[in-house]
Amino acid sequence: MSEVPAIELRQINKSFGPVHANKDIDLVVKKGSIHGIIGENGAGKSTLMSILYGFYHADKGDILVDGTKVTIADSKAAIAMGIGMVHQHFMLVDNFSVLENVVLGAEDSAMLAGGLSRARNELKRLEDEYELRVDPDALIQDLPVGLQQRVEILKALYRSAEVLILDEPTGVLTPAEADHLFKILNVLKDEGKTVLLITHKLREIMAVTDTVSVMRRGEMVATRETRNTSMEELAELMVGRSVLLRVDKTPADPAAPVMEVENLTVTDSRGVQVVKDVSFSVRAGEIVGIAGVSGNGQSELLETLSGIRRATTGTLKIAGETIDLGTSTLDAADMRDKNMGHVPEDRHRMGLINSFAEYENSILGYHRDPAYSKGLLMDIGAIKKAAVEEIEKYDIRPPNPMLKTASFSGGNQQKIVLAREIERDPEILLIGQPTRGVDIGAIEFIHRRIVELRDSGKGVLLVSVELDEIRALSDRVLVMFDGKIVGERGANAEEGELGLLMAGVEDSQMSVAGGAQ
Amino acid sequence: MSAGQLPRWVDLGLIPFLNLAAAFLVSGLVVILIGENPLDAVKVLLWGSLGYAEGFGFTLFYATNFIFTGLAVAVAFHAGLFNIGGEGQAYVGGLGVAFACLALDRFVPWYVTLPFAILGSAAMGAAWAFIPAWLQAKRGSHVVITTIMFNYISFSFMVYLLGNVLKKPGSMQNETRTFEDGGRLPFLNDIFPSFGFGYAPVNLSLFVAFAACVFVWFLIWRTKLGYEIRSFGANATAAVYAGISPVRIIVVTMLISGGLAGMMAINEIMGSQHRLLIDFVTGYGFVGIAVALMGRAHPVGIILAAILFGMLYQGGAELSFEMPNITRDMIIVIQGLVILFAGALEHMFRPAIVRFFTPSRALAAKEA
Repeated sequence: MSEVPAIELRQINKSFGPVHANKDIDLVVKKGSIHGIIGENGAGKSTLMSILYGFYHADKGDILVDGTKVTIADSKAAIAMGIGMVHQHFMLVDNFSVLENVVLGAEDSAMLAGGLSRARNELKRLEDEYELRVDPDALIQDLPVGLQQRVEILKALYRSAEVLILDEPTGVLTPAEADHLFKILNVLKDEGKTVLLITHKLREIMAVTDTVSVMRRGEMVATRETRNTSMEELAELMVGRSVLLRVDKTPADPAAPVMEVENLTVTDSRGVQVVKDVSFSVRAGEIVGIAGVSGNGQSELLETLSGIRRATTGTLKIAGETIDLGTSTLDAADMRDKNMGHVPEDRHRMGLINSFAEYENSILGYHRDPAYSKGLLMDIGAIKKAAVEEIEKYDIRPPNPMLKTASFSGGNQQKIVLAREIERDPEILLIGQPTRGVDIGAIEFIHRRIVELRDSGKGVLLVSVELDEIRALSDRVLVMFDGKIVGERGANAEEGELGLLMAGVEDSQMSVAGGAQ
Repeated sequence: MSAGQLPRWVDLGLIPFLNLAAAFLVSGLVVILIGENPLDAVKVLLWGSLGYAEGFGFTLFYATNFIFTGLAVAVAFHAGLFNIGGEGQAYVGGLGVAFACLALDRFVPWYVTLPFAILGSAAMGAAWAFIPAWLQAKRGSHVVITTIMFNYISFSFMVYLLGNVLKKPGSMQNETRTFEDGGRLPFLNDIFPSFGFGYAPVNLSLFVAFAACVFVWFLIWRTKLGYEIRSFGANATAAVYAGISPVRIIVVTMLISGGLAGMMAINEIMGSQHRLLIDFVTGYGFVGIAVALMGRAHPVGIILAAILFGMLYQGGAELSFEMPNITRDMIIVIQGLVILFAGALEHMFRPAIVRFFTPSRALAAKEA
């Protein structure tokens, strides 16, 4: 086939100061294919796509679109060349309707009405053609993430994108939503569109792509036909060595409970019950995993137990005390005093302050500890010393406590949070999504730390939407669906069984609810 | 792409300088439009504010006011709060100074009165900030709105008090009696006669202002409270996760902010006017916003920005005297332009500068 490729990159180079983010990158993306780009965080995937989408300019190298050499000055130019991008964090106006969002920035004239009705027809056509069903009049804020992402795709298609770049599209999706996304991508491919899928999840690459290119430390190390490769080979290419996808651990040896939750009910600000009459316990020396599709009450459960959110009713037994959660006014600091650590689900929103230096984040929540103060003042020396120790112990890179936290990669940011919480020696550690957006090398490391904590006789409550992670780490698995715990399984629960429970199906009739929650 | 990775000297030096240069450029055009030579105008302005000791003394006097109000705005900034109420808080702060001076001036020397005046002004300024703070913390009523409203309330409140309650008996002026020596801070001219500050009202409050700068620096960057304030300002959700109470931070920060604004009254009332009178704040509270923005909410930056605005006030007065075509109103236009470029358009040059400096500064881990 000597067909002209949709996108061709030749010898792309991009440096940020001393850091060579993209080194002599060559990439050929066939028209009408789904091309995956996989690599660890910090491998240079996003930089490369930002160059293609006009956010950055390459220091050297050529970009060819449809065989013609082009200069992409900004994202407007990229759109004009038929390149569309769906960002990891959606660029939508929450209180606008779907239609308004699609039109935003592409209004034909000063008056909206005419453009909107034309857009409505066009949107209808796109929806039919690509099976992208969304109510054009729904407000973005009322839509689940899966549908919001669909709006992003529609936006790109509305601007006549021929090449669609998706940056970590499944990071925010439930498994069912992800499956639906892959179906959409296949329809797009069938209609002749080209899809570039950026991810660090091997499973997705195997599931949906035709071709996969692997990046490692700014270099393009390999390109393979997906059907001729395997997860193991790709994982090895990504990290440059073979990786254990499973966690080595001995069977648990649990002792007395360190945390008991009884009849916990949580109502959110809209008045909806999000956690419904949940009871469970975590014993010393065991990891209890909470599996479930995201949005089934796990986040609220973690936030309530850690003192961030108020419960409606329920009791919590911890550190020899019985706390009535319905009336308690204990906040996160009080819970820490009861030896509860908490690695929150979203490190950017909650676990870290991105504009702070690393060492400042290394005491977030523990800043009142007398070890870090000298009289009225904070003991900066002691704080930095503790931070440096954590950096060494957790191999946080770059090893610089003065560096702004935003400058660390996802995996290293997560290690900062984990180090902070584990090194305070909690009796019970709550962990939400420990490896979300984290590269394989760091996942291994983080998993090992969690198991070590268990082996030292602490209790761990693990919430994750990654079923593999739950199964690899947990000694007991609880499944949450619609705010309730719908099942409990042992360490070697079968994936299929858990999957059914997560979907709220008790018997064997499996029905995939397409994306909607 | 975050814009946070600029070298410090660019962020703290180059950008403010460019903003200032742009403001003066446009001001120069305005001066040309009214038929005067802008270079001459600059000469007069610089000479009037820095060229001779008395003029410089006036510059420092105004700068003292701006340091207090600038610090007030800056402290609130660090908690992500926008305290526009410096004007009213300083005005009401005057009550605290006046009470201390009226009560003590006949019995004790000024250095005994001063601590009470500082406490009084800070307490009254803080009290005036308390209700907006409480409403923000408990009810979510935005401090921008409520502090502006409280400015207007303070204007009427002070007129009422000075016209009906505190007025000197038998006087037509809405003001208190003049303080005796125990209620007057020494002028710098009396302490350092050799500097030749002459009739400039710059007084010991300048050193109180410097002390306030040191206090704010320690508070924000070296205390637990400061850490909590900055955490809350940078990421309120993470602050709650860390067990920091938003209600407490909002209220405490606004009290400190209001207290600092209130302390401006020490300079005006105990340092210069020696009596509490109507409208002594005249915009210093509002200019404090520009000072804080331009000074990057850092005490050192605030001192520099305060001196700059002091120069504009003093040099501007000289200018309208030397060049009758440039009226007092024109000076306000020029000051307004500086505020516009340094404050409102603070980010105008930033994107271009970030683009210019980013390639050499961004880090590997930028990708996420």
